[in-house]
Amino acid sequence: MRALYALIGRDIKIALRVGGGALIGVLFFLTVVVLMPFAIGPDLALLARLGPAILWLGALLASLLTLDRLFTADHDDGSLDLITMSRTPLELSCAAKALAHWLAAGLPLVIATPVLGLLLNLDASATATVALTLLAGTPALTFTGMIGAALAVTLHRGGLLLAVLVLPLSIPVLIFGVAASEAAITGPTSFGAPFSILCALSLFGLVLGPFAAAASLRHGLD
Amino acid sequence: MTLIDLANPTRFLAFTARLLPWMAAVTAILLAVGLYQSAMAPDDYQQGATVKIMFIHVPNAWLSMFVWGVMSLAALGTLVWRHPLADVAAKAAAPLGAAFTFLALVTGSLWGRPMWGTYWEWDARLTSVLILFLMYLGLIALWRAVEDPSRAARAAAVLTLVGAINLPIIKFSVDWWNTLHQPASVMRMGGSTLDRAFLIPLLVMAVAFSLLFLTLHLAAMRNEILRRRVRAMQMIHVAQAGQRPV
Repeated sequence: MRALYALIGRDIKIALRVGGGALIGVLFFLTVVVLMPFAIGPDLALLARLGPAILWLGALLASLLTLDRLFTADHDDGSLDLITMSRTPLELSCAAKALAHWLAAGLPLVIATPVLGLLLNLDASATATVALTLLAGTPALTFTGMIGAALAVTLHRGGLLLAVLVLPLSIPVLIFGVAASEAAITGPTSFGAPFSILCALSLFGLVLGPFAAAASLRHGLD
Repeated sequence: MTLIDLANPTRFLAFTARLLPWMAAVTAILLAVGLYQSAMAPDDYQQGATVKIMFIHVPNAWLSMFVWGVMSLAALGTLVWRHPLADVAAKAAAPLGAAFTFLALVTGSLWGRPMWGTYWEWDARLTSVLILFLMYLGLIALWRAVEDPSRAARAAAVLTLVGAINLPIIKFSVDWWNTLHQPASVMRMGGSTLDRAFLIPLLVMAVAFSLLFLTLHLAAMRNEILRRRVRAMQMIHVAQAGQRPV
């Protein structure tokens, strides 16, 4: 356990310090949201209607942007090999790394949501709902995205391939995240059903992601 | 001859060389019979002649999922049993599966226009099949991104098994969500709701398309094995050329 805590602490420190780049995700999130009014016009009513979808898309793309950092830096300096060879099961190490990545890169997106909600003319309760769904849904993005990150690092090709592999897997999260937000804000349908499925997706990713990523690292690293 | 004997690529090549002409002939005959029966099938009382799209659309849709199932088995073969031909099978199946999925989407779209009044609808079945198509393309991209085939095989195997989650979602999407796409009518509890006049040609076509896939798959596997041999010979050639004194 101590090794896992140490790993989480180390990853968070590296991510937040100079050169870590975790907070670039938040900046990217902000930029995507700011771009939207330029594309669809500064119509406040329309922006408020599209708000949850825009926030979810922005968060999805921002989390995709930082996923690349999950394994590449460790692979470059060789510490990934040490983690792979250590006595701690690789699945647990992967889960710890993903948790640290979510704390450093995913949680800031949720915290930034209220500010960005203002830009999109969402009222307080709507913003809170979107932030809540993001809080429930971003772990799913990180933990399923980890599979793609592990595949990409073993292949020495990050970037584009990662996006192509991860985006189809994240579609269900997007669907239920936006559905839950819209149900709470406008819709006649209930908030509970899509939100429960969203939480289920996160738990499912929590179980599946570490195993698939560990399998891919174990088979892929030389 | 058992499955393990076919692990030897040379035996596999010899065995499939004898098998393939027969399979191709049976496929051609079944396809001809199926197409004839489809053409002779009566018009539907509601849909008219457009119902005949079903005889192409449904086998393609079934195969789009069947091929991913084959690839998942091959992925297990790669990761668990280390069967030497498993990654060849997985690699050869991906473009075929993408083609069947694409055809299912296109024929469904052409059928949807007269029946639903739209080429595309964001309904659960259509969306999940579109995701399947995207995952096929991602898998092909993954295969093409890596030079070393065995390394690519293991990465692709992990992705294939993860993507297999989509299969039950596609199958049950019409039951779980209230969709425009009709619910299952052939493989369902309590027997088929399809009339015999439509069911028999459909089943013939399904068998014909499955055989078509198997034939193409075996041929593609042969090509892949030969391609790897050519590559190995080229590398030996280059290595020898490098050793020669200048």
